[in-house]
Amino acid sequence: MVGSMIGIVLYLVFAPFVGGLISGIDRKLTARMQGRIGPPLLQPFYDVRKLINKEILLINNMQFLFAWCFVIFIAFTGALFYGGVNILLVVFVLTTAAMFLVLEATTTNSPFSVMGANREMMQMLSYEPMVLLTAVGFYVATGIGPHDGTFNISEIITHSDIPNVVYLPGVFIGYLYILTIKLRKSPFDISMSHHAHQEMVKGITTELTGGMMALIEISHWYENVFLLGLVALFILCSKWWSIPLALIVCAAAFFLEVLIDNTSARVKWDLMLKSAWIITLVFGAINIFILQMF
Amino acid sequence: MATKVAKSPWLLHYDGSSCNGCDIEVLACLTPIYDVERFGIINTGNPKHADILLITGGINTQNKAVVEQLYSQMPEPKVVCAVGICACNGGVFKECYNIIGGVDKVIPVDVYVPGCAARPNAIIDGVVKALGVLEEKRKNMKGGAAE
Ligand code: SF4
Repeated sequence: MVGSMIGIVLYLVFAPFVGGLISGIDRKLTARMQGRIGPPLLQPFYDVRKLINKEILLINNMQFLFAWCFVIFIAFTGALFYGGVNILLVVFVLTTAAMFLVLEATTTNSPFSVMGANREMMQMLSYEPMVLLTAVGFYVATGIGPHDGTFNISEIITHSDIPNVVYLPGVFIGYLYILTIKLRKSPFDISMSHHAHQEMVKGITTELTGGMMALIEISHWYENVFLLGLVALFILCSKWWSIPLALIVCAAAFFLEVLIDNTSARVKWDLMLKSAWIITLVFGAINIFILQMF
Repeated sequence: MATKVAKSPWLLHYDGSSCNGCDIEVLACLTPIYDVERFGIINTGNPKHADILLITGGINTQNKAVVEQLYSQMPEPKVVCAVGICACNGGVFKECYNIIGGVDKVIPVDVYVPGCAARPNAIIDGVVKALGVLEEKRKNMKGGAAE
């Protein structure tokens, strides 16, 4: 209990800093890959500070409400995760949070926001099966051997001295695939792109100004730290060496995402949906199916 | 100078009735040689996220309303930077039947970047000048009392 309280507090306090730093590294890496010098490492923090200092032009009050709900639910998702609670609960709260962003964009009635919202729902449709399978995968993997399966995150880590990824290589690949969608990286950045001059302007975030946009940025930092935490969960086990190994794997996964972002053009939604589901079925489902036989 | 707003200026580039010469120079600023992202400058396509409105080319009877609307959609503090002699006063197109004149005929302009075409280093210089104005405006926005 005390352990999970510490986890929650640490996450709520430090995740924005870590997330902002990760985003700064992302922009620096991207610039280097393109042969540019790139912005300072702390640029994301400067951006958010500036946004807070700008005027807020609200379209309606619902926008305000939903943007706040998005932040709170994203932070809640991560807090549950780092608190070591039930992973299924985490998955469901994450979906709820994503829905609030969609709602926010729909209330504005702006064609760009609404288009972004529609595409965001396509993205949710693409990654949601794999996220659920990841949770199920952990349950099945912990069920191997003398124990019963569990959805409890602390038990997933402590139940054995072999990293879960050994049992779940397919699920891990599937999760990495949808991580590209979740991190809003090209080729799957179809609802909102970090790059300028898209056909849908800034997609789902088009109508957010000043402090509201800052809120969304911060919640993306929270979200990214949570998503990378889920990568780490594949590696962590009861042995001490799994902690540095998990950090290395997280860094490698993130580098891979940035590399993919810079080397691929965005695809249409139907290709995203099909490929994500095929990967989910081929890697995720078959992996779990094979595990079930033991 | 580098305070709250000045470290993260986001641009909105609007092409008025330019010959596209200046537009290409604006885009050149994004390339590895000039790399404006060094200064945290982002070329955003969205007036609601923009701090600096960068206009190339003059104002004609058809784009007048567009420019006014873009300007009104930007949240305070905001500055306008007219790039190229066309945007400053109409330039070579000044006498055309459809040209109203420079950008300052419809919205207040804070920085003028002359040149035909304006060179990337002149444009970056203009944007950096605009940052000073932006910071000034932010202070005034707070009513001076908060500072
Ligand atoms: S200033 Fe010169 S280069 Fe620029 S838009 Fe006008 S004519 Fe073209």
